[in-house]
Amino acid sequence: MKKNRYFGRFALTLLAAGFALAFLMPTVLTITNSFMTQSEISANYGKVFANVSGSDGKTYISETVNLKFIPDKVSLSQYITTLIKSPDYLLKFWNSVILTVPVVLLQLAVASITAYGFTRWRGKVRAFLFFFYVILMLMPTQVTLVPNYLVSDWLGLLGTRWSIIFPGAFAPFSVFLLTKSMRRIPGSLIEAAKLDGSSEWQIFKDICLPQCRSALYSIAILVFIDYWNMVEQPIILLPDAEKQPLSVYLSTINSSEVGLAFAIATIYMVPSLLLFLHGEDYLVEGIAHQGSVKG
Amino acid sequence: MSMKIGKTKEKKAGSPPPRRTAREAWDRSNDKLRDTMHSLGFLGPSVLGVAVFFIVPFLVVVYYSVIRSPMNPEFVFLDNFKAVLQNSSFRTAAKNTAMFSAIAVPLAVVLSLALALMLECRIPSKSLFRTFFLSPMMVPVASVVLIWQVVFHYRGTLNVILAGFGVDPIDWLNGPYCLLVIVVLFLWKNLGYNMILFMAALNNIPKELLEVADVEGASAAHKFFNIKLRYLSPTVLFVAILSIINSFKVFREIYLLVGKYPYEGLYMMQHFMNNTFENFDYQKMASAAVLMALVMVALIALLFKVEDIFGKDVEG
Repeated sequence: MKKNRYFGRFALTLLAAGFALAFLMPTVLTITNSFMTQSEISANYGKVFANVSGSDGKTYISETVNLKFIPDKVSLSQYITTLIKSPDYLLKFWNSVILTVPVVLLQLAVASITAYGFTRWRGKVRAFLFFFYVILMLMPTQVTLVPNYLVSDWLGLLGTRWSIIFPGAFAPFSVFLLTKSMRRIPGSLIEAAKLDGSSEWQIFKDICLPQCRSALYSIAILVFIDYWNMVEQPIILLPDAEKQPLSVYLSTINSSEVGLAFAIATIYMVPSLLLFLHGEDYLVEGIAHQGSVKG
Repeated sequence: MSMKIGKTKEKKAGSPPPRRTAREAWDRSNDKLRDTMHSLGFLGPSVLGVAVFFIVPFLVVVYYSVIRSPMNPEFVFLDNFKAVLQNSSFRTAAKNTAMFSAIAVPLAVVLSLALALMLECRIPSKSLFRTFFLSPMMVPVASVVLIWQVVFHYRGTLNVILAGFGVDPIDWLNGPYCLLVIVVLFLWKNLGYNMILFMAALNNIPKELLEVADVEGASAAHKFFNIKLRYLSPTVLFVAILSIINSFKVFREIYLLVGKYPYEGLYMMQHFMNNTFENFDYQKMASAAVLMALVMVALIALLFKVEDIFGKDVEG
């Protein structure tokens, strides 16, 4: 009986390890491959990416690719080329930054005052409004892009970064999550401050915001990764290749630069992975508190 | 946690005195006014922004969907919807998107629950596993797409491995299996997030209940289906809704993997929308967006209904 249980635990651990390997592999491979030389990458994957750029590759079945873990020769040449010789990628990286960072900051700023409004005052109208925000939050990009496109067109923002930043600032996602965490703040805290004669703004700034610090952090991470990753909005709202973020541009890389692609891909992962490693516990707590859609 | 939105749980302590003086009534209405003003101050900016960037233009989208064209605003009611529904690319896109969601969402719910249950058991270095399972959500799709290309290419890694078992090479991205490949990518990215939601919900199940069940000699299956699943039902709903929304985002993977004009089986709703944007076909665009919004609302309402039936006895 006891032996059986140990065996079960062992099997389960093995299973978990198998899953973990599968989950980690693509990320690790991207990173290790970025340290290969151009020639090694071409030798390994040349066939795959040659096909991407159009030529029909189905005729040489024998020449298969070879997914390699460890480079034959560790080299930083890809990074050097990316960082020094082709500023194009750095520019696209910068594009990603100046699209994502304003959205994260503005969305959190708008959402925190809104969440305070939803926390502090209840009532039928506000309950309905909140419900409406939830519905809007659940709408896929395919639906919201059309209205966003129309407004950008009317306001003359089409093709500028503001066409992504403005709708992003008012997206209801953070409002929903922040309201949930603000509603967990004990009411007595707010009552006490009120008796002390604090104004609503002071209660918001000095009591509610500090209490929501971890929620704010986790929401910031979630919004960041969503916008860092965006594809749908820029291809419609920012057709100008010059302004497109790296998330879109990376896929247009051609076969002659495959070697660079891994290095750029790795550089592109760094900000989000760092955020993840630093804020994982907050993130997990933040996700866990989402609980249910019902409020 | 599971308090419903409409139900405000404000205590009615110190209920109003039987007879109010005029002065008190004045103060009271003043308080109410002040509250309204304050809440307007805090909610106003966001409501304004949402109105400008989402609601008003969406109403215009609805308007566009029932007129002949912006130049010729003749009321045609359902004509545009009929045209879109008969449009073959729309039908392909709708079919593929629906099929993808129908496969991916249940798998995302079941597998992430399985992962959460696995980590609930006593296995070493749980938090490390949690980190590993969660990490794909933080990897930009664009970064990892290179590896997917190498793996799923006709002469890629997967076919090399399969060849070792004597399986003929399969063109994963341009054949009947393409949707499955995308399902795998979707699960890879989303399971960790859902797993965290389930882990939190599992933690919230009252321990006494499970102990009582143990004492009474309930089987593990009985405990799972009759206790855990009941308590998990709001989370199952949440994960399902979240997965549906995320399943529409899988366009990112497809676009970055195979581009604007994929194999027919991978032609998604977003591809269709992109084409209507490129052709400035406002009518098609508007009616497709309205249709999709309606389907989403219906889907969410349905899920809420289902959850209401299953989760009734544990709400509260």
